[in-house]
Order: sequence, then C-alpha cells, then structure tokens
Amino acid sequence: MQNIKIRLASERVSTSLTFGEEGAPQLFTPGETITDNQRVMSGHGTYMDEENKDVLKASVAGTIERVNQLICVRPIKCRYMGEIGDVVVGRITEVQQKRWKVDTNARLDSVLLISSVNLPGGELRRRSAEDEQMMRKYLQEGDLVSAEVQSVFSDGSLSLHTRSLKYGKLSQGVLVKVPPSLILRRKNHFHNLLCGASVILGNNGLVWIYPTSPEDDSGVGGFTQNLEQVIDKEDRERIARLRNCVLAITASKLMLFDSSIQYAFEESLNYSIKELLTPEVMLDVAFRTRHRLQAYKDS
Amino acid sequence: MELLTDQGLRLDGRRPNELRNIKCKMGVYNQADGSAYIEQGNTKVLATVYGPHQPRGQARNRIHHDEALVNCQYSQAVFSAGERKNRPRGDRKSQEISIHIRQALVAAIRTELYPRSQLDIFVEVLQADGGNFCACVNAATLALVDAGVGMREYAVACSASLANGEVPLVDISHLEEMTGGPNLTVASLPISGQVALMEMSQRFHSDHLPKVLERALEGCKDIHRILDDTVRKHVEETGRASGWGQVDRAGIVL
Repeated sequence: MQNIKIRLASERVSTSLTFGEEGAPQLFTPGETITDNQRVMSGHGTYMDEENKDVLKASVAGTIERVNQLICVRPIKCRYMGEIGDVVVGRITEVQQKRWKVDTNARLDSVLLISSVNLPGGELRRRSAEDEQMMRKYLQEGDLVSAEVQSVFSDGSLSLHTRSLKYGKLSQGVLVKVPPSLILRRKNHFHNLLCGASVILGNNGLVWIYPTSPEDDSGVGGFTQNLEQVIDKEDRERIARLRNCVLAITASKLMLFDSSIQYAFEESLNYSIKELLTPEVMLDVAFRTRHRLQAYKDS
Repeated sequence: MELLTDQGLRLDGRRPNELRNIKCKMGVYNQADGSAYIEQGNTKVLATVYGPHQPRGQARNRIHHDEALVNCQYSQAVFSAGERKNRPRGDRKSQEISIHIRQALVAAIRTELYPRSQLDIFVEVLQADGGNFCACVNAATLALVDAGVGMREYAVACSASLANGEVPLVDISHLEEMTGGPNLTVASLPISGQVALMEMSQRFHSDHLPKVLERALEGCKDIHRILDDTVRKHVEETGRASGWGQVDRAGIVL
C-alpha cells in the first residue's frame, strides 16, 4: 500500500512567515499614478499616460526604485530579466548553425554561440567547419549547461558564454526551479556547502544541486559528462534533503543564498527527508531558518 | 418571478447597486508564472498565466515582431452548472468567450513590451452561477498581475441588467439571467474609464442604455477596488518575507 495523504483545501497550511508586522515600502499597482512631475524619466515597470503625457504611471505591482530622475517599479515576481555577468543554468532546446538555443526561463530563448565556448583541446583554437558539424556531439537537445550572460540583445534575449572552467555541461545532480526574484545576487553563485554537497544558484531561478567532486578545482566545467561514476547513497540523500530544503524556504518566500540553504539544511535534520515535503514541516523549517538568519543579523 | 420586490430587494436579497461577495487569492500554483482564484458569489474561477515565453510548437508560425502573441483559453468544468456539460472546452460558446476575454485583456496588457514572445492565459470555471465572463476577466487580470506582466491598468468586467423596465441592476446572478431581462456585459479599464468590450444579450430601449451602462461601469470601479486591495496585500506579504530583496553589508537579508 502506498502511503498517500489527502487533505481538504480548507485545511491548507498558510506559508506566510510574517505575523502582523508593520511597515512596508510604498507599493504601486498597475495604472496607479506615480508622479505628475515632468522632469522624471520612465524606467522599467512604468509608462507615460497616453492622454496626459506628464503623468507617470506604474504598469506592474511592486516597489519603487529611483536613480536620480529615473523611476522604475520592480515587480515582486516576474520572468528572468538577464543582466551581464549573471550566472545562469539552462537547458539546450535547439542546435542551429554556429549556435545553441538555451531555455533559461527568460522571455526568449538565449543564444550560446560556438565561438563563445571553450572547445575541448586547447584554449585558442580556430573553429573549423568540422566543429560546427560536431556541435551536437558537445551539447545536444535536453542537456543542461551552466553559463554566464555575455550580453543582452536589443530584443531582450541573452547571449551566453562558457569561457571559464567553472561553466559547462552539467552531469549528475538535481535541478530545482524557483522564482528568479528569490535568488540573491552575490559575487559567487557556486557554493560548496558545509553539509557536503555543492549548489549552483542560477540568477534565472534554476538551482543545480550536485555532489561535491573530490578534486577541488575541476569543478563542473567542460563538455564531459561522467554518467558512469556512482554517487553513493549518503550523497544522494544529502542532495535530496537539500532539494526539499530549497523548496521549503522558497515556498515561504525566503531569499536563497549559501547561508540560508545551510541553515535550512541544519534545521531540517530533525526530520526525515520524506517528511520535509509535508506543508507543516516545510513551514517549520522555513520559520527556524528565518529565525537563525535574524539572530545572525542581530549579533 | 419579479426581479425586484416592492421593498427594492433582488431575488438573493441584494440591493440594485450591490455586488455579490468577492473573495480572491493570488499565487495558487507554483508551476505557472502567475495564477489567481476568484469567487464572485457562487461563481468560482481559476486562472493561470504562462509567459511571456519563447513561442513553441504551432505558435512559432504566428509570432509578431512588434508585440506579444496572446493566447486565451476558456473552459468550463463539466460539473460547473446544474446540467452536466459534454465538452469542457472547444465548443462554439467557449470559443466565443475565449475571444472576448482575449479582447478585454489585450486592451490592458502592454503587448508592445514583449516582441516575439507568447503569453498564454487559461481560465477555468469551477462553478457557474452567472457572470462567468466577468469573473474570468477579473481572475485573469489578477493572474497577469501575479505574473508581473506589464499592464496599462487592470481590466475589470461587470454585468448589469434592467428590472421592471426602469431600475438598473449590477452583477447579475444566474437566476436573474434566467428570469429574463436584458444583460449588458462591460469590460473596462476603470481608472481611465475606457470600455474594452461591451456585449448585450437582448434588446432594450436605447433610453435606458446610459443608466444601465453607468451602473455596470460603477460595478467595474467597485470590483477594481477589491482587486487592488488583494494585490496590495499579496505583494506586501510576499515582499516582506523576502525582505524586499534588500541586503545589508554582510549579505544578510532581512
């Protein structure tokens, strides 16, 4: 018999961690007038009213950001908007002439040019027609890659590159999808966690959890995929636990970064991995994680 | 059966200018980019939004180079009405409503922001008790706001009718729809007061049109206020938990 739990919608657990706290920045909702000052400039999430050109209105629901005259409204949740230098995790959707198309959870598929990857065998090598024919050998449809945003095209799609040993094809691990806004922008998005596994926190909301490799520097880069290597049970359990922890803290809308994941992992040790999927336990783990982050901040 | 009693009360005890009770919730699904659930009286609707994303499959041949391609699908659960439906979607009536919902929403969405992209909107009626179209537009608007799609303002829909040939009624229930009387459905952008879509089910004297229309637009404004409150509450709650994405020097959020 399978152990299946069914509950009524009315017994759903609220994932909210805030209990009547006061004080919030000013919020704007679509169509709300921000200002009728003619000197301001309209940024993302705002528009000038068509009838009255002086009035600046919000077009998304969120908080306001102001840089001198430029006013933006940042939505609380939206598709990934790429910025140069972001670390992303994506999936190859198409192999074309001289380029791969990568689904990065953005508005349009990103492009990975063959000239912006490090091909096996030497850093500086001429790319021949042979290489173009070999493209599917390196990366084929469905493969996962980690990459960095090289530039943003005028239509908003991204150009990626993997010109570093830390980027490249991903082999064994678990992919978790979270809202991009919950990934905290840090200097480093590759973490070897204390608990014994590694994560890539893609700015685009895709989190890759994989076993820490014994050789430190080799990383995950390149185009080799070692599927023969057997990951032992402890590593697998650690990865499964981390995955459930990531889901738990994002369900309660806590930001994801190395210490929040580490804290959540430590707080989750009271429970079995399977229990971490029940809403009450998820809420408890998120609550304790938040408490520890707050305690760390106060100290 | 009379639509309005001598005391000025309707069949379900409302006054002519009163809406049914509205309950709504945003972010009901994790997989979708945006989702919302709305109850207007006994009419219950779920809406989900996917995108804007890269057009896939059939839609690749229909992409626009200057604006987003908006797809809309209306479906009504087979158990939603008194009589069991044969087809949840794809029949003539559902297709017509899909087109109308799309028309109402495209008036509000800033499609020019998302060239070469596709935006999918799915609405599902779980329980039908009149004003299905209105509830669908309102739910889809909330789902679009939840998905962070740029909009000029909310698209809000409301229906109105005429009782005893003189008194305009707002937000028509299924019983009132059936009892007779004309039904005017309006989708509007309530802040600017623009009308995105207007539909009339029956003929009535054009002298009555201004006041019925005015009542429907008033209804839209009232619904807009309720939706806006929901959005604010939702944004405040989620924003606060993530510390508004703000970081202090040590890189600790809160």
